[in-house]
Amino acid sequence: MRLAARDLGWTTGGKRIVDGVSLDIEPGETLGLVGPNGSGKSTLMRLLAGLAPRPKGTVQLDDAPIETLTRRQVAQRIAFVEQIADTSEALRVRDAVELGRTPWLSALAPFGEQDTQIVDDALAAVDMLAMAGNRWSTLSGGERQRVHIARALAQRPRLLMLDEPTNHLDIHHQLTLLRLVCRLPVTVVMALHDLNQAMCCDRIGVMDGGRLVACGPPAEVLTPQRLAMIFRVQATPLHDPFDETTQFRFRCLEDDI
Amino acid sequence: MTHAAIPVTHVKPVAMWGVTGVAVLFGAIFAGVMIGETPLPPRMVLAVFANRLWDAGHLVDPIDAGIIWSYRLPRTLVAAACGAGLALSGVVLQALVRNALADPYLLGVSAGAGTGAVAVSILGLGGGLIGISAGAFGGAALAFLLVAALARAAGGGSAQLILAGIAGSQLFNALTSFFIAKSANAEQARGIIFWLLGNLSGVRWPDVSLALPAAAIGLLACFWFARAMDAFSFGTSSAASLGIAVRPVQAVLIGATTLMTAIMVSIVGSIGFVGLVVPHAMRFIVGPRHGRLVPASALAGAVFLIAADVVSRILIPGQVVPIGVVTALVGAPGFALILLHNRRRP
Ligand SMILES: Nc1ncnc2c1ncn2[C@@H]1O[C@H](COP(=O)(O)OP(=O)(O)O)[C@@H](O)[C@H]1O
Ligand SMILES: [Mg+2]
Repeated sequence: MRLAARDLGWTTGGKRIVDGVSLDIEPGETLGLVGPNGSGKSTLMRLLAGLAPRPKGTVQLDDAPIETLTRRQVAQRIAFVEQIADTSEALRVRDAVELGRTPWLSALAPFGEQDTQIVDDALAAVDMLAMAGNRWSTLSGGERQRVHIARALAQRPRLLMLDEPTNHLDIHHQLTLLRLVCRLPVTVVMALHDLNQAMCCDRIGVMDGGRLVACGPPAEVLTPQRLAMIFRVQATPLHDPFDETTQFRFRCLEDDI
Repeated sequence: MTHAAIPVTHVKPVAMWGVTGVAVLFGAIFAGVMIGETPLPPRMVLAVFANRLWDAGHLVDPIDAGIIWSYRLPRTLVAAACGAGLALSGVVLQALVRNALADPYLLGVSAGAGTGAVAVSILGLGGGLIGISAGAFGGAALAFLLVAALARAAGGGSAQLILAGIAGSQLFNALTSFFIAKSANAEQARGIIFWLLGNLSGVRWPDVSLALPAAAIGLLACFWFARAMDAFSFGTSSAASLGIAVRPVQAVLIGATTLMTAIMVSIVGSIGFVGLVVPHAMRFIVGPRHGRLVPASALAGAVFLIAADVVSRILIPGQVVPIGVVTALVGAPGFALILLHNRRRP
């Protein structure tokens, strides 16, 4: 599915949180969004998914303007994993993942065998099948994050939006998650904090002060000059002979003063 | 054949639970008709039902027949409908407001109904053209509109709705007390306080034809939106991303709930604790998913209120204890038990 956003904006309390963002997301690509805290990544993703109230600008999914689709139709195309989402209900892991089937079910189309299979697959994909019967309240932060991602996978979306999906995850699960996400045959938009992990995306968008200041292949976008300007760090590219990749090592710019 | 295997494993338990539930409900209604100050034997109850439903022509004392058909049966049916309706209202509000404390009484609905009833019966509002029930319904609707408007103006979150509900309840309860203190004589005051505590003794068949459809429509709406209520588990924003049209679903469900509560309160007065205790107890037994929670709560609410009505009739011989007193006397310790059982472990 192709997503085309034109001149997206969102204002609250007279403050422009996102301003004039135009963006095309190609089918099957993985787009990483990076930027300092409060630069508008989460808000932009909510705008792209049609979840922000009173948006400015337009979003098209294939050829349909998003506002002409019902919420249910949008949810059949786009799954969204929020940065924080918690519950006080005594849900179990499987219950939480089954919620992902909501946009495909109705009172007249109940949960079936096929849905069970999809939920099992989603649980297996994030390595949570063995914990399917555990209670939500007993899970660690990383396990909760993986359940949220399984829920989004169970939604069988064409576009998967992940807001800082590697938060709370241990390094093994960070890497398996990124590998999983990059291999999925769906379009992915994700906000990331680890710039080295962002290097595995097809394209990277850099947010700063609500604006999309750069968007393109990682090597072109994440230059030491730009990192210095936006993140106020000095980035030294290092070569990793294991897989012939370039990794950054960062130092605070202020340290040099 | 895999095709045959699906219904066997999937449909059978559902049908079994459905049949069990209906059987329990009918058993409770039957017991509610039998038990009272004058206990009536089951054979006589069956005979009266048979006479009324298909002219069976059994010989029954007309006074006993009158007690069974005109007095106890409508009363028991209304108790069942109110119990189911109040429990469902609790389920809906707890799901949408995402607050364990939410119940129809917290949103000012019953306080408004009380004020409406007092305005009609004591101040003579409407000049005798509208009854106490209609007054209660108007008061309930007005209170809810005020609470909803205040919550919306305050930002529209669930915490705001609860706080606005508390403010609304206090205001309308104070108005009720004010009207009583200002205008009622001792006799009126006693009558209205009795009504406020919940009372089924005046219930007749016309009330059944109001309460049963209200409960049935509420149950259907809850079944229809069971999945939507599940989707609110992780908050409204998460519900929206799962394809729920948040505002319309909230409006329909909260509107239906308020209407249902207002109808119930206008018939039987305010009966607290059912909407709070029953859904929590059922969550404990059948879990938090609404596909099960909705029917379980409706059934448990109906049975609970039938039982409370029976207790209110036989607790003190020759005297009817207000049913709201019974539900609170049972509900408060019950709620305490649930609280203790669910306590967070460090
Ligand atoms: N609903 C809101 N009301 C007011 N301010 C908001 C709201 N949502 C986000 N903001 C503000 O917008 C800015 C960008 O937020 P966000 O999109 O979450 O940034 P990021 O995800 O890049 O950290 C922050 O300064 C935040 O305080
Ligand atoms: Mg964010």
